[in-house]
Amino acid sequence: MKNWIKTKNNERLDLALIPVLPVYELREEIIELKKRPIAFFGKDWGKGYVRLFVVLADDEQGELLVSSTIFDATMREYESITQVIPAFHMFEREFYEQFGIKPLNHPWLKPVRHKQNDYEFFEMEGEEVHEVAVGPIHAGVIEPGHFRFMCHGESVYHLEIMLGYQNRGVENLMLEAPSNQLAESIAGDSVIAYNTAYSQVMEALREIKISNKAELIRKAALEMERIAIHIGDMGAISGDIAYSMGAAVFGVTRTLVINTLLEWSGSRFARGLVTVGGVNFDLPQSLIKSTLKTLDKVETDVVRMTKTMLKNSTVMSRLEKTGTVSAERAEEIGLVGMAARASGYPLDSRFDFQDKWVAELELKQKKFKAKGDVNSRFKIRYKEIKQSISMVRKILAKLEEFANEEILTSSCVAYKKDSFVVSIVEGWRGEVVHVGMTDGFGNLSCYKIKDPSFNNWYGLALAVRNNGISDFPLCNKSFNLSYAGFDL
Amino acid sequence: MILKFIDIIILLFAPFLMMGLINKTKAFWAGRKGTSIFQPIYDFVKLLKKEFVVSETTSCVFKIAPIITFVTVIFASLFIPLASSSAFLNVPAGLIVFAYTLGLGKFLALISAMDTGSSFEGMGASREACFTSIVEPAFFMTIASIMALSGNYTFDSLKMIIQNAGNYGILIIIFAVAVLFLMILIEGSRVPVDDPNTHLELTMIHEVMILDNSASDLALFTYANAIKMLLISSLIAYIVIPAGLGFELGVLLYITVLLVISLLIGTVESAMARIRMSHVFEFIFIMSSLALIVLSLVVAKIFGDV
Repeated sequence: MKNWIKTKNNERLDLALIPVLPVYELREEIIELKKRPIAFFGKDWGKGYVRLFVVLADDEQGELLVSSTIFDATMREYESITQVIPAFHMFEREFYEQFGIKPLNHPWLKPVRHKQNDYEFFEMEGEEVHEVAVGPIHAGVIEPGHFRFMCHGESVYHLEIMLGYQNRGVENLMLEAPSNQLAESIAGDSVIAYNTAYSQVMEALREIKISNKAELIRKAALEMERIAIHIGDMGAISGDIAYSMGAAVFGVTRTLVINTLLEWSGSRFARGLVTVGGVNFDLPQSLIKSTLKTLDKVETDVVRMTKTMLKNSTVMSRLEKTGTVSAERAEEIGLVGMAARASGYPLDSRFDFQDKWVAELELKQKKFKAKGDVNSRFKIRYKEIKQSISMVRKILAKLEEFANEEILTSSCVAYKKDSFVVSIVEGWRGEVVHVGMTDGFGNLSCYKIKDPSFNNWYGLALAVRNNGISDFPLCNKSFNLSYAGFDL
Repeated sequence: MILKFIDIIILLFAPFLMMGLINKTKAFWAGRKGTSIFQPIYDFVKLLKKEFVVSETTSCVFKIAPIITFVTVIFASLFIPLASSSAFLNVPAGLIVFAYTLGLGKFLALISAMDTGSSFEGMGASREACFTSIVEPAFFMTIASIMALSGNYTFDSLKMIIQNAGNYGILIIIFAVAVLFLMILIEGSRVPVDDPNTHLELTMIHEVMILDNSASDLALFTYANAIKMLLISSLIAYIVIPAGLGFELGVLLYITVLLVISLLIGTVESAMARIRMSHVFEFIFIMSSLALIVLSLVVAKIFGDV
């Protein structure tokens, strides 16, 4: 394995240790290893050179494999990896868009974020064939994205998704003015996940160790976020199938959870809770007690409502066998997170790249009987809510042991020079990956973000194939992907 | 005379109040307080005050369709007995005029939706046309069978099922009411066929057809749809309420039937999820099968002498 260097989640790696391979060798290595990509991005290496970093995940060992290659100013193309491993398709498109280095024989080389006026949609020809274009402005108050359905009557042959309307240049902003405020506003529904990933990168680059207490509070908040958003999504799925009772009950229950976060941090989405060096707010005993009480009520309500709902035949007829993504397909296109687990591809970076707390709190990854349809994505949310509630209980109980610890460690330390850090946080949607790099002067030189939506939007496109077009909103809601997190 | 006056009052307000009541019932089942039952009236008035926004791609069809649809519904209502015991125009074969006047209104609504050139509205129009075409035979089968039973081809015969068929008529009443109730759900674009509250264009049927309409055009479409629900509900009332009860009791029972139907629709909408678009046919075929049962019951009565 001299062509790769192994590292762990949140571990600082010396930039000089990262191997540089010729591009064809790197490509062959990637194809041979058959590991899934976590990050695949270029960095301007000066004088027209571009260095391409590749981070692969070894989920069994809990390790990350890092390697790189350098393109000089004359090399403007290479043989694409996507044609062998489709999971790379988005990464290679992004790399092409940012640096103009063309992956040859890429089956789907379209813009990722920067739209052109002459964007070429796929077209379908034939009798009774029609196209439906939806967005970027939608009927509901949601984010902008353009969807192009190629339909035959009511059934969808293919869906093409064009995003990028919210591109704010977050990665560049990160270099200019990195801050927790910026990190937590990248995707408003994954505040804790993003903020934790950012903080972990910053801490690892500075080699600061935060207190146990702060780690636990972050972990509890992450699970609270998962509970809140999952319940909200279950309500939204109910609303989409016009099951108003579910929409109402889940809506109310979600409010209980986010109001608890409001008590924790002064923000219903826990903005400002996590910061570099720890957390900004302590959890006093009284708050822990009231949180536990709220969680009891939340659990009862969610269990009761879900059971009622899953007994309703009209609900089941909508959820079952709608928008199916098989496990093979999920693995092939590199689905991640909750959607992957619902398809029977059990990726969960909380357990795959586990920290010491997983063993200490005796947390276990639950088995899930996955079918990959909307029903599975509905049920997995239910299971994960229950799992997360029990995790929060364990974490809050553990917190007592560290009652006297500080919540904040000073972060007024310079970055270590020539460092490379990958941080993976399992947000409610899936793995949020942040990669930070410093140069020889100790300045932040590169910041790369990957939202789980980056992998999963294509999963949605596959899910709606051969489904009724009227089932699209339901499939969409069952994935509930982020536009902002994708567009960056 | 006073009865006709009551009919006019009912035609003006009952459609709104039924809508309000349905929403209130849904709110009750969802544990919410819900909006006032007068909200649909406020909405109607609000829409009347708004200014028009008309798409540049539309032609005059788009402009006249809401008015024609509304007028056809009002005209159709003249053939239906409301609270009073008989309709304004109580003529033989009123059924056919009634159904095809509504059909004309719907045709205008369909081509107005296509006129906008929006792919959603075209989809909605094709769905609506498709479902309506299956509803129509079931409706005729039910009402015409009942009329054949008495040999009197006016809507008056709906009241005389018991007189004509004795206790056997109760069976006919049950199935006929079931047919008409399903028809309200389908024609009124309610759950489980359609979802009046959704904002998802791709799943809509009726709502998507009026997506481009604004101001009083939208108000007229909404009002027309509500009146249509009232008319079918009135048919149910007419079938259920026995004849010769006198004026006060008749009106009271009529209003009670409307109330019960509204509560029932609200409850059905709360208890059920919306069925998948491809399964809507099966739902409508339930209605057709029930209509066939009415037909066979009547045939058995007339020819089989049960």
